[in-house]
Amino acid sequence: MLTFNKSYSILFGKFMSWDYVIKRFLLFLAVIFVAVTINFIIPRLRDTNPIEERLYQLAAQGGVNVSKIKELTAIYEAKYGLDKSVGEQYLNYWNDIFHLDFGWTIADRTPVINEIMRAVPWTIGLLSVATLIAFVVGTVFGALLAWPKTGNFVKYFVPLLMTLSAIPYYLLGIVFIYLFAINWGVLPTAGAFGFGVKPGWTLEMITSVMWHAIMPAASIVLTSIGFWGLGMRGMMITTMGEDYMKFAEYKGLKDWRVFLSYGVRNAMLPQVTGLAISLGTILAGSVLVEVIFAYPGLGNLLYRAITSNDYFLLQGIILFIIVSLGFSLFLIDLVYPLVDPRINLEGGENG
Amino acid sequence: MQPILDIKNLKVYYHTSQGPVKAVEDVSFSLEPGERMGLVGESGSGKSTIALALMKAHKYPANIESGDIIVDSINIVDLNEEEMRKTRLNNISMIPQGAMNSLNPVKKIKPQVIDALTDHGVKLRDKQEKFLSELMESVGLSKDVLKLYPHELSGGMKQRVCIAISISMKPKVIIADEPTSALDVIVQRQVMETLYEVQEQLGAACILIGHDMGLMAQFADKIGIMYAGKMVEFGSVSDIFKNPQHPYTRLLIDSLPDTSGKRDLIGIPGIPPSLLNLADGCSFCLRIGKKNTKEVPWVKVTAGHFIQKCPTCIDYGLRKKATTKRTRK
Repeated sequence: MLTFNKSYSILFGKFMSWDYVIKRFLLFLAVIFVAVTINFIIPRLRDTNPIEERLYQLAAQGGVNVSKIKELTAIYEAKYGLDKSVGEQYLNYWNDIFHLDFGWTIADRTPVINEIMRAVPWTIGLLSVATLIAFVVGTVFGALLAWPKTGNFVKYFVPLLMTLSAIPYYLLGIVFIYLFAINWGVLPTAGAFGFGVKPGWTLEMITSVMWHAIMPAASIVLTSIGFWGLGMRGMMITTMGEDYMKFAEYKGLKDWRVFLSYGVRNAMLPQVTGLAISLGTILAGSVLVEVIFAYPGLGNLLYRAITSNDYFLLQGIILFIIVSLGFSLFLIDLVYPLVDPRINLEGGENG
Repeated sequence: MQPILDIKNLKVYYHTSQGPVKAVEDVSFSLEPGERMGLVGESGSGKSTIALALMKAHKYPANIESGDIIVDSINIVDLNEEEMRKTRLNNISMIPQGAMNSLNPVKKIKPQVIDALTDHGVKLRDKQEKFLSELMESVGLSKDVLKLYPHELSGGMKQRVCIAISISMKPKVIIADEPTSALDVIVQRQVMETLYEVQEQLGAACILIGHDMGLMAQFADKIGIMYAGKMVEFGSVSDIFKNPQHPYTRLLIDSLPDTSGKRDLIGIPGIPPSLLNLADGCSFCLRIGKKNTKEVPWVKVTAGHFIQKCPTCIDYGLRKKATTKRTRK
């Protein structure tokens, strides 16, 4: 058994053993292995030849001589390594993934990884901020709704706000564009930053980015507050009936302490899991918002890849999404015992 | 001696849509420092409502209609919420019923002891470690327990921690609402002994709520019998057990299994009346099929022994008891 220095064991305390971490990591690797394999197999189940198909498309536009398509296909297949046996292709695929090489986009002939990396910061920036805001606001409102000493304003205002979650966020986005961008002209219609603004860490760029993010973020936040709020309210009501809430009152604790460290702290445990899953799926879950607001994120890229039959780009994005979701679930497995001490180090529960 | 807890004509009603439920109707008793009182009665007889009213932790639709609860010469019925918060644990504390779930599962024991003190303005600073280890020792726990989470403790240990928290501010009155109902008899005994010791040490008055007459007889000095929201008999343990006056008390004692010889177990006939729109007069008469709509007076039997004397049903248990004795084999 490996031994580790003391500072490490203090950091993790008794929450986690190496066995637990390694077990979770192996699970994470297994998820990736399966994902990569499926990602490899699915496009090859199609009976069409993607290169031939693309060449015919080009031919239809008059770019390629039709009579030479068979030869061209063979050349490209050799170039893309599609002439080799499936087993060899599979090993090559793994080799490429280890080198972060997802191939080249068919449309622009740029490396897929470059396209993805260019899009990812926008998506993560927009969606993680929006998700976190919605999570915090929704959780606080939900908890307040279940708290008997909450003022009337919250009791009447928040349920109204929550009805917004019945509206799909893309619809709200379109309404926003109509109202704020077209009708009143106060916010920009599309894009991540203004024309003529030079990208870089300048104040002008940062304000422009924020300005452009308001509408897409607001449409996500407003429509998902209800999701977090209703979940939290339900959990909080259950928690309010717990014996430790009664004892906290008998102890003569201040209201805010009973609310926060006894009520919210316990009621939000399932919310934390929900947050982790949401953060894991933000890379994929933003297609419509990004398309509507022409936001240069991963969702937009995915949309483009699908509409232009760009298999390599599509495969790269899907793999990226699966890995990031798997990784965030791995992270939550590591963090969760810190949030709920009853989840024990060996991976079981003994509460 | 000046009573430390004096309850006068306490009325607690639950206001439901069908009318008031008179959960506690005109209950009066007082306790001197160091006295232990048992509060006995069936489920729904108002025992726990009295406990909640004493902590002023009753929730809507419950309401203290009238009466005084005087703890250490302060009438807590008049206190506002913030004053009452400071009074809890400081003057009057409550050991909860659900020992298994009364501690915050995501916090270690130590912060759960400290936060109560902090919110009462107690700053221990460098005396903290000594204070905590003495406190844990007084309930028979090692100070290492402070570093553990509730799920790492047994049921008995959790209840001891609850007792430790309840006495951490040295309250004048301790209420224990069925403190051992979730524990097995061995642990029950240990926890009761611990409660007894810390209560003796503090010289606090203690109210023990429960159904267990045997436990009451061992623990308490005085016993109050609750029936349908009213206190029907109040007296010392020997008064209640040797010379019960109210028919309900007699039936309650008769219903205890007898270890000296075999006899049929006797229950109390009927069911308690609904407290919703309860008719005036004697509510025990309703149970045994009699009727007395006149107000039942609170009568002194001997010094410190009181009953609700209803002329219609006062003899009810007596005859029954005599017949059972004859049929014993």
